[in-house]
Amino acid sequence: MLKYFSLPVLSLRFIPVWRRNFLVWKKLAIPAILGNLADPAFYMLGLGYGLGALLPEVGGMKYLAFLASGTVCYSTMNSASFEALYSGFSRMHVQKTWEAILNAPLTLDDVLLGELIWTICKSLLSGLAILVIVWAMGLYASFAMSLWVIPVILLMGFCFTGMALVVNALSPNYDFFMYYFTLVITPMVLLCGVFYPVEQLPAFLREVSAWLPLTHAIELVRPLMQGRIPGGILNHVLVLAAYGSVGYYIALGLTRRRLLK
Amino acid sequence: MSFLSARGLRKRYGGQEVVAGIDLDVRKGECFGLLGPNGAGKTTTLRLLLGLTEPDGGEIQVLDLPVPAKAREARVKVGVVPQFDNLDPDFSVRENLVAYGRYFGLSDAEITARLPGLLEFAELAHKADANIQTLSGGMKRRLTLARALVNDPDLIFLDEPTTGLDPQARHMIWQRLRALLNQGKTIVLTTHFMEEAERLCDRLMIMDHGRIIAEGAPRQLIESHIEPQVVEVYGEGLDAWGDGNGQLCERLERVGETLFCYTHHGEAVTQQLCGQTELRYLSRPASLEDVFLKLTGRDMRD
Repeated sequence: MLKYFSLPVLSLRFIPVWRRNFLVWKKLAIPAILGNLADPAFYMLGLGYGLGALLPEVGGMKYLAFLASGTVCYSTMNSASFEALYSGFSRMHVQKTWEAILNAPLTLDDVLLGELIWTICKSLLSGLAILVIVWAMGLYASFAMSLWVIPVILLMGFCFTGMALVVNALSPNYDFFMYYFTLVITPMVLLCGVFYPVEQLPAFLREVSAWLPLTHAIELVRPLMQGRIPGGILNHVLVLAAYGSVGYYIALGLTRRRLLK
Repeated sequence: MSFLSARGLRKRYGGQEVVAGIDLDVRKGECFGLLGPNGAGKTTTLRLLLGLTEPDGGEIQVLDLPVPAKAREARVKVGVVPQFDNLDPDFSVRENLVAYGRYFGLSDAEITARLPGLLEFAELAHKADANIQTLSGGMKRRLTLARALVNDPDLIFLDEPTTGLDPQARHMIWQRLRALLNQGKTIVLTTHFMEEAERLCDRLMIMDHGRIIAEGAPRQLIESHIEPQVVEVYGEGLDAWGDGNGQLCERLERVGETLFCYTHHGEAVTQQLCGQTELRYLSRPASLEDVFLKLTGRDMRD
């Protein structure tokens, strides 16, 4: 058991694995981009205008701008989770793509690193798509500050991919993912400040929220969009990095146990 | 110098020893067969030889490299045709080969240079841009074989390469494998088609319950384990006929409604049977399958 949990071996051999996923994505790029963009954009615009008209300023800004910061984060999280779970599981379990790759001179560490970096890239695209709307609609205070959102998106991609890969490694089938989405992702969407400030929640839920990574991502992104330097940067960055690294380490150990038994 | 060798190989899952102390040696340029009923430990043995799982005991050398310690390096010169199709369903024939070549660190230029030869070998040149989902089972197998050759391997592992194929497709794969042997490639194949092993393999090993129960050249195994002729007898009065012909048949086996007579005197037996109106019979030379059934029994394994 312990032998499966040795430290990850990092190697550039992940590149052909990344390129394989990119080649598949390229073939389906138009519906993929549309899905990345359209769904969160409709939520943001519909709720932002519809609900925003009924509300005074929220968190010191127009509701649409408030919601835009949350949407960048939640869209990135969703994209990473869906890719690492549904698509990752197809490649690992259904199509046996990973097994085919393991017959070549690559290791499972190379495959999983390729999946990690690929998924971060895909979620970057989703976060960027919303960011582009934010820029186009002028929902930011300082363009230069808003550029700092991009590294935060990358960090979020790492965080949520690491977490999702743990679930992937344990999953017997696609239905299993419902537990993760229902018990982890949905609470985060509702408790971490996407739609309203966390301060509106009762103390007990605020306490829960403080432990969830999406809260920390939003605490970084929202001030940046308002042209402010976020408070407690180090704390937020460490929480996101910790979820990602611990998640990835556990995921790799569990996946090794699953496939190299 | 052996091309591939294992000593005292063991692998345990739960309480069960799936590979229970195997020694094997494969020589350069030969076709080596690993035979056995379902669950005998063939696929686990292959996975151990490829370094995809760690043995609980024993030593493995593949192309002079210790496995699993240097398994990744050894796989640079190894090709694998897995038992179950794992081609990329989103890719065309060509893209499958390109993506796979990249896993070996080949440049796109090198892969492009190899593509025509691979497509021709697999007789898929006319399907180069076809989607995988439009290919027949035989075509997919040929593509999987071509994919295993993308790195120009010295040693090729095939796990039940013709399972599920129709006779035409199976013969086509056999032809291709013979062509590879003529090029000097070394092949290790698992199968439970005795005919396949008999036709292709120079030497083979029969496994059951994780152990080797026989090994040698196909002819040699038949000669040493079984009488040269088999007469299968069906019809009314089987047992009476069997009782009366014990001296002609060295070994008699009743399976359901068939009596198997294993003998050195096939002609005498058939002459004797010619006079029997109720009995039908089939006389044939003994095959590897007879050896296999004698050694592993006739019980179902799944």
